[in-house]
Amino acid sequence: MKVLVAVKRVVDYNVKVRVKADNSGVDLANVKMSMNPFCEIAVEEAVRLKEKGVASEIVVVTVGPATAQEQLRTALALGADRAVLVESAEELTSLAVAKLLKAVVDKEQPQLVILGKQAIDSDNNQTGQMLAALTGFGQGTFASKVELADTTAIVTREIDGGLQTVSLKLPAIVTTDLRLNEPRYASLPNIMKAKKKPLETVTPDALGVSTASTNKTLKVEAPAARSAGIKVKSVAELVEKLKNEAKVI
Amino acid sequence: MTILVIAEHENGAVAPATLNTVAAAAKIGGDIHVLVAGQNVGGVAEAAAKIAGVAKVLVADNAAYANFLPENVAPLVAELGKGYSHVLAPATSNGKNVLPRVAALLDVDQISEIISVESADTFKRPIYAGNAIATVQSSAAVKVITVRATGFDAVAAEGGSAAVETIAAAHDAGKSAFVGEELAKSDRPELTAAKIVVSGGRGMQNGDNFKHLYALADKLGAAVGASRAAVDAGFVPNDMQVGQTGKIVAPQLYIAVGISGAIQHLAGMKDSKVIVAINKDEEAPIFQVADYGLVADLFEAVPELEKLV
Repeated sequence: MKVLVAVKRVVDYNVKVRVKADNSGVDLANVKMSMNPFCEIAVEEAVRLKEKGVASEIVVVTVGPATAQEQLRTALALGADRAVLVESAEELTSLAVAKLLKAVVDKEQPQLVILGKQAIDSDNNQTGQMLAALTGFGQGTFASKVELADTTAIVTREIDGGLQTVSLKLPAIVTTDLRLNEPRYASLPNIMKAKKKPLETVTPDALGVSTASTNKTLKVEAPAARSAGIKVKSVAELVEKLKNEAKVI
Repeated sequence: MTILVIAEHENGAVAPATLNTVAAAAKIGGDIHVLVAGQNVGGVAEAAAKIAGVAKVLVADNAAYANFLPENVAPLVAELGKGYSHVLAPATSNGKNVLPRVAALLDVDQISEIISVESADTFKRPIYAGNAIATVQSSAAVKVITVRATGFDAVAAEGGSAAVETIAAAHDAGKSAFVGEELAKSDRPELTAAKIVVSGGRGMQNGDNFKHLYALADKLGAAVGASRAAVDAGFVPNDMQVGQTGKIVAPQLYIAVGISGAIQHLAGMKDSKVIVAINKDEEAPIFQVADYGLVADLFEAVPELEKLV
C-alpha cells in the first residue's frame, strides 16, 4: 500500500526562540531549522511499515518555502521514495495546509497518511484532524501504536486518562505521539542516495487551492517572566514557608 | 451572540475542564449553550444544566456518540455549530481530537488552546511551547476555539437551571469503531484538576522510587506527575507526563522533585501558583522559576517532608 507522510520545517527544538522587538513574531533569522520532531516519528513509522513489507511506496510531502526541500531530502535519506514540495513562501494556517494536503491525497491516493500530532512552532495540533475532515477519512490521532490489516488500521491512542484503541477503515489518517517509535538517524550513504531521489515542486495555484485565512495574528509577545524565589536551607524551613507564608498546605 | 460549549464528561459526570471552558465563554459574553454528546448521558445533561451561567443544554444521546469518536461527533457539532457565534471545547484529548475536524467541516481556521479572551473575536494563546504568546483575531462567522483549562477559573458547578433539549440527529460515519481502552487507575486526584501536584524527574532514578512521591502525595491529597525524562526512561506511564507534549497543570502548589527544568517541562507547569523545587544540583534551571528551592538529596528530603506536612 502507498503511504503519504506530511512533514513540516520548524525551528530546531533545541533553539530558545526570541520574540522580535516589534512584536511581529519570533526571530527566525540565522536560527537552525529542522524537521518537526513529531514528523520525524511519522517518517520513521512509514519506513518501518515498508521494511515490514506492508507499505510499498512512501511519498513525503511538505508545505513551505523552497528551503523546506532540506527536510524533504532528510525524509528521503531516512527511507521515503519520493517527495512533493507544495511551495508557499507565506506562513499558512493549519486549514490552508490541510486543503493543500487534501489535493495531494486526491492525486496520490494513499491508503494511509501519517502526520505529526502538532508542530512545535505554532503548537496548533489541527492539521491531521482537518485533513481527515476534508477527505472524510477516519482519524487515529496521538498514536502510540499502529497495526495495519487489509482494510483496517488498529490505532492505539494516548488520551488524558491512559490509552484508547480504535479501529479505522482504510484509507485513514494517523497522527503521531512521542512514544510511537524512536526515529533513526540517516546514514551518510543514504544521504547521498537521497540527493538522486525524485522531488517534485507544485504551487497552491496549480493545485487549485485557496489559502485564505480567517485568523490573523495581531502581535507576538514574550511570556510574563516568573522570577526566581528563595532557597530554603532545610525541609523544616520549607514546610514552615509553605504553611505560613504561601499558605498552600 | 450565542456560544456553544462542548462538554467533556467521563463516567457519567461533567469533567472539571468543562467548567473552565464555560468560564471562557462567559468572558466572551452572550448566551451559553452546552452540548452533551455520548451514550447514556442523561445524568451528565442534568448536571450540565446546573452549571452556573448556562442557558440551555443540548443532549445528543446516541450509540454513535459513545466514546466520542470524532468521525461521528464532528458532523454533529458542525451541524449545530452553524447557528452559533462561537464553538468552544476544552483542550483535552477529546477536544483536541474532535474540534479541528469541526473547524474544517465549517471551513474556518481554529484557534487552539486560548489562555485569555481579549474581546469577542481576539484571544491570546501560547506558541513555541509557551516561549511566546500570540494575540490572534478571528474573522470567521463561527469562531472555533479550544480552551486551555488553566487559563480560566472554573465557574460554579451548581446554581444554574438551564433547559434541556434533546437533539435527535444521529451521525454514524461508519469509518471508525471503538476497540477498547486502558485507563490508569488511581485513587489520587486527576493531574489537571489537582490543587497540589508532586512531580518526579530523572533524579528519581527508577520507577520504584516513585513510591516516595506517592507517599508524600497521599499525605497532601496531591496528584503525581512526571517529567518527560522520567517517562522516556520508563519510570512511569506517559499519562503522568507534565509538559509541552503532556499535560498542562496550574495547581496551587507544584513540587518538582529531581527535575532539572527543561523548557518543555516548564511549559506544562510554570503557571502554578507556588512552585517548590527539590534538586541536588543547585545550578538546575528549575530553581529559576521556583518560589522555594531546596538543594538537597531527594531521597532524604522527600521522606522528611512527608513526615513534617
